[in-house]
Amino acid sequence: MTKADDSFSVSCPTPKNELTMVKLGHGSGGRLTDQLIDQVFLPFFDSEQLLEKEDAATVFLDKDRIAVTTDSYVVSPIIFPGGNIGSLSVHGTVNDLCMRGAKPLYLSAAFILEEGFDRESLETVVRSMQSASKESGVVLIAADTKVVNKGCADKLFITTTGVGLITQSKIPSASRAKAGDAIILSGDIGRHGMAIMAARHELEFETTIESDSAPLNMMCQNLLSIGDSLHSMRDLTRGGLASVLNEIAHSSAVGIEIDESTVPVDPKVRAACEILGLDPLYVACEGRLVAIVEAQRAEEAVSIIQASPYGDGAKIVGKIVSDHPERVVLKSVIGGRRIVDKLSGDQLPRIC
Amino acid sequence: MRYVDEFRTEKRARELSREISRKTRQNWQIMEVCGGQTHAIMQYGITDLLPPEIELLHGPGCPVCVTGVEIIDKATAIASQEDVILCSYGDMLRVPGSRMDLLDVKAQGGDVRIIYSPLDCLKIASQNKDKKVVFLAIGFETTAPANAMTIKQAERLNLNNFFLLSSHVTVPPVIRRLLEYPDNRVQGFLGPGHVCSIMGWSQYEKLAEQYKIPIVITGFEPTDILEGISRLVSQLENGQAHVDNQYARAVTKEGNKNAQSILEDVFVVCDQAWRGLGLIANSGYRLHQKYARFDADLAFSTNNVPVLEPEVCISGDVLRGIKKPLDCPAFGRECTPEHPLGATMVSSEGTCAAYFRYSRLDPKS
Amino acid sequence: MCLAIPGIVESIFEQDGLRMCKVDFAGLKRIVCLEYCPSAQVGEYVLVHVGFALSVIDEKEALLTLSSLTDEEKTSELGEKGSENAVR
Repeated sequence: MTKADDSFSVSCPTPKNELTMVKLGHGSGGRLTDQLIDQVFLPFFDSEQLLEKEDAATVFLDKDRIAVTTDSYVVSPIIFPGGNIGSLSVHGTVNDLCMRGAKPLYLSAAFILEEGFDRESLETVVRSMQSASKESGVVLIAADTKVVNKGCADKLFITTTGVGLITQSKIPSASRAKAGDAIILSGDIGRHGMAIMAARHELEFETTIESDSAPLNMMCQNLLSIGDSLHSMRDLTRGGLASVLNEIAHSSAVGIEIDESTVPVDPKVRAACEILGLDPLYVACEGRLVAIVEAQRAEEAVSIIQASPYGDGAKIVGKIVSDHPERVVLKSVIGGRRIVDKLSGDQLPRIC
Repeated sequence: MRYVDEFRTEKRARELSREISRKTRQNWQIMEVCGGQTHAIMQYGITDLLPPEIELLHGPGCPVCVTGVEIIDKATAIASQEDVILCSYGDMLRVPGSRMDLLDVKAQGGDVRIIYSPLDCLKIASQNKDKKVVFLAIGFETTAPANAMTIKQAERLNLNNFFLLSSHVTVPPVIRRLLEYPDNRVQGFLGPGHVCSIMGWSQYEKLAEQYKIPIVITGFEPTDILEGISRLVSQLENGQAHVDNQYARAVTKEGNKNAQSILEDVFVVCDQAWRGLGLIANSGYRLHQKYARFDADLAFSTNNVPVLEPEVCISGDVLRGIKKPLDCPAFGRECTPEHPLGATMVSSEGTCAAYFRYSRLDPKS
Repeated sequence: MCLAIPGIVESIFEQDGLRMCKVDFAGLKRIVCLEYCPSAQVGEYVLVHVGFALSVIDEKEALLTLSSLTDEEKTSELGEKGSENAVR
């Protein structure tokens, strides 16, 4: 069988109800990923932390509370406008720790290298990891490398595990959203996903869209100053804003209302989405968060984010409500309403 | 974006909404033909801006949804071959055949690639001379000219490793078929804006006259759709039945003559099987005999495996607008966007998929 | 059907014997085939579907569409404004 060309991250709906074979859609972060986790992994690993399905797990080691998280990075192309797989592997894991209010401290990294991968590209990646680590305030304290035969890995896969320290007593959680809370988005959406798509030759866009990959440690640290009024922080990754909002709505058993006209999208990103028929709400970001904050502190939280690195585009985009629990409802720019559901797999470019 | 944002303002939407409410005296069933229009209706929540007397029925204008199962079966069989690169528009990859879809083939190692423009297939063919590049060419009359130009260019470039698997459908015959059903409920149509930018709208005059049914050629932005509905209601309330062009910024009566002449050169009208609706005479295109060397149907022999369609699926009735997705016993249970059983759940413009995603809050549905 | 987006023609050229152009969609640019709109000029807006220009957007018609209100609507708007003034 020919090696499949993996240019697009595409989804796979199973015309069968049961999972018999892993498909690309199982890695999309949507409902198919939930299916994979629920059907295959949770029956064997059902710790209280895993069942919480938060961005990072928290445990007590004696009196200290630490956050732990792990993530694999398999993005293609490995170098893209605005970053590379290396900086992404630091930012993503650091951000997951920060979302639980932890100060990120240490990282481990495991590298799977494909035979034939050139040194220059590898050094570019490693150098980016160094500067991303410095910026995030983390130290790489453990690492591993493996080499596999040509064709058995797409140039380079990286897995990073992060550890951080939590000092406040109440920590942000997807389950703490309350009716009346404001939903704050730290900046424009859809950059990373469209940057990756545009960087893959097939779309032949002549303009560069840059990924928003960035560490949010300073932003989160600053936000923690509003104390218990900060109910939740979630970073947007695969599945975009829509997925995070659905997860919060589900975990907190609340409804969410979003005003589409307030959700910021860069004009080039919007144009790329329009051309391909994609909804920016579902497109991946890698340097954006959603903060759920008590209404009376919302403006203050917006100012804090705007004054933080990577936060100058912060806005209030919606609110938590008690109506339609576990549903995210969007008011469109013309005033009509629709449900924003979680997708099954990734979005596919459409012609109609 | 220019010519986009101006047609998405709340102010204009509210004006049109008030206009529609003022004009509407009776109940009307209106069908929008295009999947893109269905998508816009769902995405912008347009039904919230309509009076309860207006019922929107969602038509069979999604080429992805109505592509016959046998075409998918052929495509998956071809894509599974070792020396083949199968190229397709993105949303086709999810369409289930009798046993599998193109994504299953990809999961098993087949070389299946998404392209945005069909001309990109020719680049792939030039760069992979040892492979056969097969393009799954689907679409209505809007997309057919792009697919046709790809054949002309393949000929110009003298490519011998490029093939086209044609599955084209045209709008007027399916409108005619819908109107001929004895239980037809459609009283007026929002006509296909982009199809008409190619074909013009004179074909629809015959339909309007013969079936005494008003047709408003409509665009795709939310205020286009509201304006189309407003104009249609005017005709309905006044007992009129003619063709009106709401989308005049992109559509003329004659259409795009250049595109029409290439279509006539490259394709021949043929009978076509529509998923959920069956065979409709003269409703499709196949490659003209002079381009036979590019015809994937001739170049690849695929076993004629009997086509399986799940019995429980009522997508045919949904496509015709006589049933709603909620009328289907499988809706939301065995049949979801994750595992679609039929045409209307397959792509996000399919009525069932759109309902599943967008409308489960709506008490009207 | 048929996702088609308006963009502005930035430059026109020939490629492999086909008339092509570069189209600017709010800052995002792509090469588009102009064979079906051979009369399109730089600076005009074209409607683009799967990398092909289908038609040139008629600016006059676009403005007409945006400004159209029925006579009833105009009358009732004036009526509302009238009663607002009366209240003041």
